[in-house]
Amino acid sequence: MWPAVALSLELATVTTLLLLLLGVPLAWGLARARSWWGEALSALVALPLVLPPTVIGFYLLILLGPHGPLAPLLAHFGLRTLAFSFTGLVIGSVIYSLPFMVQPVRNAFRAIGTAPWEAALTLRAGPLDAFRAVALPLARGGIVTGAILSFAHTLGEFGVVLMIGGDIPGRTELLSIVIFNDVDTMQWSQAGVLAAGMAMFSFLVVLAVFLAEKRMARWRA
Amino acid sequence: MTPKPSLTERRRLSFAALSAAVLLLGVAPARAASVAVAVAANFTAPAKQLAAGFQQKTGDTVVLSFGASGNFFAQITQGAPYEVFLSADAKRPQTLAANGLGVAGSDFTYAIGKLVLWSAKPGVVDDQGKVLSTGKFTHIAIADPKTAPYGEAAVETLKALGVYDSVAPRIVTGESINQAYQFTASGNAELGFVALSQVIKSKTGSEWLVPQTLYKPIVQDAVLLKPGADDPAAKAFLAYLKTPAALAIIRSYGYATP
Repeated sequence: MWPAVALSLELATVTTLLLLLLGVPLAWGLARARSWWGEALSALVALPLVLPPTVIGFYLLILLGPHGPLAPLLAHFGLRTLAFSFTGLVIGSVIYSLPFMVQPVRNAFRAIGTAPWEAALTLRAGPLDAFRAVALPLARGGIVTGAILSFAHTLGEFGVVLMIGGDIPGRTELLSIVIFNDVDTMQWSQAGVLAAGMAMFSFLVVLAVFLAEKRMARWRA
Repeated sequence: MTPKPSLTERRRLSFAALSAAVLLLGVAPARAASVAVAVAANFTAPAKQLAAGFQQKTGDTVVLSFGASGNFFAQITQGAPYEVFLSADAKRPQTLAANGLGVAGSDFTYAIGKLVLWSAKPGVVDDQGKVLSTGKFTHIAIADPKTAPYGEAAVETLKALGVYDSVAPRIVTGESINQAYQFTASGNAELGFVALSQVIKSKTGSEWLVPQTLYKPIVQDAVLLKPGADDPAAKAFLAYLKTPAALAIIRSYGYATP
């Protein structure tokens, strides 16, 4: 039970850090895109919100498998498949939680408008400087919200993991899978403890997001 | 402008509609019944063929659900509306029949399953199963031994061969025997312990029929569940499973029959 809790926390942490690295620049690009493909890309990023996890799990199983397009690259590292591995779970989680990072951050960048950005450029700040010194601090609220939601969403992931994980204790057996197995094998007291823990943690996460948003709104006003 | 129908005409129309409705209602009770059956994943292919055969014979439809026997057992104890349960073991149907969730005395053995070590690639599995101790494989798929009898049999086999400790770190667990088969068929796992019925009709791959001495016989029992206790169609389906035609179908998938 505890190794699964630790593994879930580890997966959520790694996924959130990767999403900060990938998702924030992506959200910046999407917030400033003016052409139709910006909306098309936004829709693509939002897709995991509406797709069943089985669709994502199915595609990942093929993509990460020994006959998939990544196979030659994997063979280079002496690997046959990324299914049943922590790396595979990270790739799945990054895709599955991408909209939870990108949506709030993109909205935050949009809310800033172009004025502070243009002011910074007028003051001879380079684009990278302006991004770091102006856009990032102003979008702080959205970034915090995105990180918290990505973390919580990854922690609660089930369907994708069930399809590509292979339930290996210590490597791919996550908290949600342990709950599933406990219910199936009638170990309901342990399932109850874990489920209550998850419910309480999730409540605190959502509460934290709401409080942060309220504070940001007051700070802006 | 079309002329308004007269009162008698309207009466006649409504009478026609009424008699049509009565006719439809009168026909309804003669409509064929439907049986909800929970089927252990290993029995997926034969169950579909049996359901088709039963439907052709009686006109009753069979609605099949597939999963691990342990999952179904947990769901049935919580009031799942299945009328018949085709388990992959004998213990669960006997327990259900004994504790009132099934009909007492209705359980019987419909098939005895066979375990196979299988690879989707030809030439990987030898006919002695030596690949388990000497082979260079990174993943071997089994069904969850806690909920799927075929997973339990796989673990028994590995222990009987004395290779469990060396193989254990490479085991990946499917939620049912169908997922274990899928992991192996997709090539994500090089080897898999699956049910003979899953691979008997496939022309590719390599396999080793595990000798019965290495694992306890997988005796698969059926049981009539409480929601089907008064349903003639559910009873008829169970009776159909004992007919020579049904037994021939079951045997064609590699099962032994009692």
